[in-house]
Amino acid sequence: MLEIKNLHARIAEDGTEIIRGLDLTVKAGEVAAIMGPNGSGKSTLSYILSGREDYEVTEGDILYNGESILELDPSERAAKGIFLAFQYPVEIPGVATMQFLKVAMNEQRKYRGEDELTTPEFMRRVKEAAAELKIAPEMLRRPLNVGFSGGEKKRAEILQMALLEPKLCVLDETDSGLDIDALKVVADGVNALRSPDRAVVVITHYQRLLDYIVPDTVHVLYKGQIIKSGDKTLAHELEAKGYADIIEAAA
Amino acid sequence: MNMQQAIKMTAAETALVDAYGAQIGDLPGDGAVLSLRDTLVHELRTAGLPTRRIESWHYTDLRTLLRDVPAADPSAFADRVEAIVPGSSVLSVRNGQADLKSVPEGIKARSYTDSLVDGSAAAGLAILGADDAIGRINGGLVRGGLEIAIAEGAEFAAPIEIQVVQSHGQAHTRFPVSFGAGSKATVIERHVSTSAEASFVSTVSDVTLGEGADVIWIVVQQQGPADTHLGQIRFDLAKDAKLHIFVINAGGKLVRQELHGRASGEGADLTLRGINLLGGESHTDVTFTLTHAVPHTTSSEIIRNVIFDRARGVFQGKILVAKDAQKTDAKMACNTLLLSDEADMSAKPELEIFADDVQCGHGATVADIDHTQLFYMLARGIPEKKARAMLVNAFVAEIVEELEDDEALVEALEGVISAWLEKHA
Ligand SMILES: Nc1ncnc2c1ncn2[C@@H]1O[C@H](COP(=O)(O)OP(=O)(O)O)[C@@H](O)[C@H]1O
Ligand SMILES: [Mg+2]
Repeated sequence: MLEIKNLHARIAEDGTEIIRGLDLTVKAGEVAAIMGPNGSGKSTLSYILSGREDYEVTEGDILYNGESILELDPSERAAKGIFLAFQYPVEIPGVATMQFLKVAMNEQRKYRGEDELTTPEFMRRVKEAAAELKIAPEMLRRPLNVGFSGGEKKRAEILQMALLEPKLCVLDETDSGLDIDALKVVADGVNALRSPDRAVVVITHYQRLLDYIVPDTVHVLYKGQIIKSGDKTLAHELEAKGYADIIEAAA
Repeated sequence: MNMQQAIKMTAAETALVDAYGAQIGDLPGDGAVLSLRDTLVHELRTAGLPTRRIESWHYTDLRTLLRDVPAADPSAFADRVEAIVPGSSVLSVRNGQADLKSVPEGIKARSYTDSLVDGSAAAGLAILGADDAIGRINGGLVRGGLEIAIAEGAEFAAPIEIQVVQSHGQAHTRFPVSFGAGSKATVIERHVSTSAEASFVSTVSDVTLGEGADVIWIVVQQQGPADTHLGQIRFDLAKDAKLHIFVINAGGKLVRQELHGRASGEGADLTLRGINLLGGESHTDVTFTLTHAVPHTTSSEIIRNVIFDRARGVFQGKILVAKDAQKTDAKMACNTLLLSDEADMSAKPELEIFADDVQCGHGATVADIDHTQLFYMLARGIPEKKARAMLVNAFVAEIVEELEDDEALVEALEGVISAWLEKHA
């Protein structure tokens, strides 16, 4: 489903290279975890997948279902089914959460040539998904992410993911700032979306989340490259010994 | 502005003076009114329109910006339009003629033309100072309007809409409106153009609030793309009076909206909210002065400007706190979204404080669309054009929502904004 080949990317503004020859393949149905110390380029990778224009791809390619997405803008990538749960969800005062959800869902449907949702159908879906994620209706009446606690913001990201039904889900440190109960709610939400035609990329630097969302593959990202890949035991190894050994072994 | 010898008049100055000349004998007024008109037009003729050398017109050089003035056309006729908030009582002025068909209970309304004819309007025609170009033009040429008195303690279920509809030519209107003690009302002053042909509009509203009156005064300016709109609101607030002025400029090529007021009674409170939507080559100026004259008065001003293309915005805000006006609380902010490299905004917020125990502040910001917010919306599949429109809308929607007590009103104002954005963004 996702094939990243020898990807090099830099910050557009000052030319600093952040991703330095990264290779990664994630198959449909797979849950892949990307781990790595702070500053290794995990969020940058997620932004590049989404098409953020602050970064410039200088070499290599990203294939999604066999086709390069480098020329697509972020909204097209989203409509094609790529979803990023942000590490830091963005507050947008003046835009009501419900309005935002409805516009996002319907714009994606329009792009794919599907009919727009009727208001009752939209309301039904939101209510159902919000209840699953223990999101109070009161929260949905506020402007998008404004006044949400850290945990509420993360749950709201998963709500959006559940409603938009993407094919490739990228979760950037969705676990940070969550207590254990909230973590379980979020993990349940993600697990509910697991399916043979969907892939999930879980970015984290703690093993904790992976107890609840059990990955098929684990990849260590360091200085813009995948330096080691393995199965879920690699995450346990990292937890026990830290990154130092792996980094040394790769050097 | 005392000039020895007549200046060489611009085309616009000539057109205004000629409009007066052409209507002499036809302009309503008793002896006092007519001689006042004559003085005002004489001043216009000798001093000319204000230039950037006049401080209060520094950012709006009217003499240069006002290229021409369409001739007054007595046959210009426009129908009433639907009230912006369904169910409002509409009092309209068309082509200078007041239409008093639907005056609700609790209101005394008469045609301002009658007040000119019987001379009772004379005192109100005085200009606010030598640089009051709007008062001068309007005083010289005003033909009609409405004089409205709201009874003590009156309350209304629906807004009162004062409608000035113009197809082309000139309109010069006045609206002296007094709110009795303890009355509560929402007035919508609406300026609409029904054609793309040029109009020149001057209008002065003179708003006085009695003790404890609670008033929302909305100005919806939707002139056409070739129009000039010179508006002025004068207001005075008695003890415990509360006035929320909301101005939305969503039209016009050359617009100056002045607001000049005074908190005269303790406990008086003024809220000013302004939304200026500018595009094309338009120029829109909002100029505000407020005197906190007595202790314990409050005011809050927020102006939001959205500027596209090569449009220019101006905000001048001056709050004066008199020596005795202790415990004044005044906050003023002007925030601008500049959406093109060629768009321009000049903001000049000023405080002049003569009392020592006050809380006053002001600030001005200019920014582009927040790129992080934009990316977030795109990443959810919202196309860029739509996402930008939503963010621009969000920037101004916040201050419309403050009127949430009246849902129909909020909806109407949001409608004005989204209609404008759909056309321009
Ligand atoms: N837009 C940017 N401007 C400046 N520096 C950036 C930008 N994006 C990423 N970086 C830098 O790139 C490196 C990787 O950052 P990031 O992808 O956020 O790491 P991680 O998510 O793995 O902690 C860091 O050194 C960070 O400061
Ligand atoms: Mg990160």
